[in-house]
Amino acid sequence: MRILVSLVAVVALYLLAWVGVGVLGLRTLFGTVLPYAALALFVCGVAYRVVRWAAVPVPFRIPTTCGQQRSLEWIKPSPLENPHTGLQAFLRMALEVLFFRSLLRNTKAEVRAGGRLIQGSSKWLWAGALAFHWCFLVVLVRHTRFFTEPVPWCVNLLAHLDGFLQVGVPAMTLSSVVLLGALGFLLARRLVTGQVRYISLPADYFPLFLLLSIVATGLLLRHVVRTDLSAVKEVAMGLVTFAPSPGEGAHWLFYVHLFFVSVLLAYFPFSKLMHMGGVFLSPTRNLANNNRAVRHINPWDYPVKVHTYEEYEGEFREKLKTAGIPLEKE
Amino acid sequence: MYDGGKVVFGLALFVALCTSPLWLSVARGGGGAEAPPLQMPAPAAGKCVRDGEWMRNSHMELLNSWRDEVVREGKRSEQLADGRVIEKSLTKTCLGCHTDKTQFCDRCHDYVGVKPFCFDCHVETAGG
Ligand code: HEC
Ligand code: HEC
Ligand code: HEC
Repeated sequence: MRILVSLVAVVALYLLAWVGVGVLGLRTLFGTVLPYAALALFVCGVAYRVVRWAAVPVPFRIPTTCGQQRSLEWIKPSPLENPHTGLQAFLRMALEVLFFRSLLRNTKAEVRAGGRLIQGSSKWLWAGALAFHWCFLVVLVRHTRFFTEPVPWCVNLLAHLDGFLQVGVPAMTLSSVVLLGALGFLLARRLVTGQVRYISLPADYFPLFLLLSIVATGLLLRHVVRTDLSAVKEVAMGLVTFAPSPGEGAHWLFYVHLFFVSVLLAYFPFSKLMHMGGVFLSPTRNLANNNRAVRHINPWDYPVKVHTYEEYEGEFREKLKTAGIPLEKE
Repeated sequence: MYDGGKVVFGLALFVALCTSPLWLSVARGGGGAEAPPLQMPAPAAGKCVRDGEWMRNSHMELLNSWRDEVVREGKRSEQLADGRVIEKSLTKTCLGCHTDKTQFCDRCHDYVGVKPFCFDCHVETAGG
């Protein structure tokens, strides 16, 4: 049911764009208005949510650690597992953001025959996630060839390296194939593993189906349904130079592709995809564990009127003396 | 806001990256919104080997199948729908009509960011 809802939503989006451009010819709506609106929603939405998160006070250091804290000189500290300085926390974050280090620690528990519980490391999720994210980045960077004129040399170089297998003309790119495979794996993981399936919601399936549709329409446009790429670039450059082009020569499937991307951008700030910004703001990751070295003060401390022992002793000095109780200050 | 400076810096970087094509295009003084003009063959040269519209989108598929047919099957010539018999040759046929590669093929390829490696081996001018 949850799978079906997401699937139906994506198919509905497909039909919407197909009817919109293929039948009604609303090229300006799908090629200009919606992409602009989606980009504005994406940038402002992400910024808004990040600012909301950043406004929450984090007075104390609450990093989750799994290594030796810096302590006495002869005890070897573990700077990445238990960062002590800002730089170490930065390095730890860099590994987290670039290589998903905490996902690498993913474990799996399984009850084997005879009721024996087995725990083991499970690297598949990490591998799939890493493959997906990096290939997505490569595909994204390759697409800047449509948004820049002249095309930067590094983008051309990346496209060249990506297609180095020279399979077919135009060359099949490795990144898109791996991207499709990784997405397929991430979807299969949710469908096949009972426990993961149980906790999966439409909010998990929908982004996967949406991304799969984007990749599928993109691959179709490159290898099967040939469209006029000059017209496609004119649409993209029209957006960039604020001189919208109707892109008459572009196939309607291109507008479906573009519409899916617009939906992804617009949906982004409302969804779990916000982990893109959230990962930088995780207090359990991005703080240096210097609780013992630096005093952190709670900003909400109520101004309590205190009566120190010093004052107490002064007040009852005579009585304490007669009772024979030892004093701090004679 | 705790670490406000860092958050603002990160957000500024994010917004700048997302909108970087806009700034790049402004810095380059706009332009590029339209595909560059191509130097078309003189009408005397005759029509293209396929429908012009089709060629615009799918010439690379044609070249790929020509290559396979010539190199693997040895079929070097083909009769077009209008009766002309042509040689299936990248340099001799295509560049025979589209004589200036830089003003035709390259213009379009540079615009969309494709770099065919065919001319690493093949000669760029017919008869040359
Ligand atoms: C109207 C624009 C245009 C013109 C003119 C043009 N091409 Fe292309 N060419 C393209 C596009 C677009 C692609 C495919 C790019 C893609 O799908 O990534 C392409 C791809 C190719 C490829 C496949 C290269 C690869 O690595 O994918 C070859 C080969 C090629 N063109 C040869 C030629 C030759 C030879 C000429 C001149 C006779 C020519 N083209 C003229 C637009 C053009
Ligand atoms: C490694 C060098 C090399 C590269 C790169 C190369 N070719 Fe060729 N090509 C050859 C050779 C060698 C022949 C055979 C020549 C013959 O038998 O006349 C050939 C033949 C052909 C032919 C038929 C014969 C002719 O005269 O054109 C076509 C068409 C062709 N290639 C297209 C392409 C295309 C399109 C590309 C780029 C996607 C390409 N080639 C890249 C070496 C190359
Ligand atoms: C007999 C001369 C001739 C030959 C040979 C020829 N062309 Fe053409 N080509 C033309 C003419 C004329 C046009 C423009 C006519 C039209 O648009 O219908 C054209 C149009 C094109 C276009 C579309 C350009 C545009 O922007 O609309 C491409 C791409 C192209 N040719 C590539 C090739 C390739 C690749 C080959 C070799 C396989 C080739 N041509 C062989 C004459 C030729």
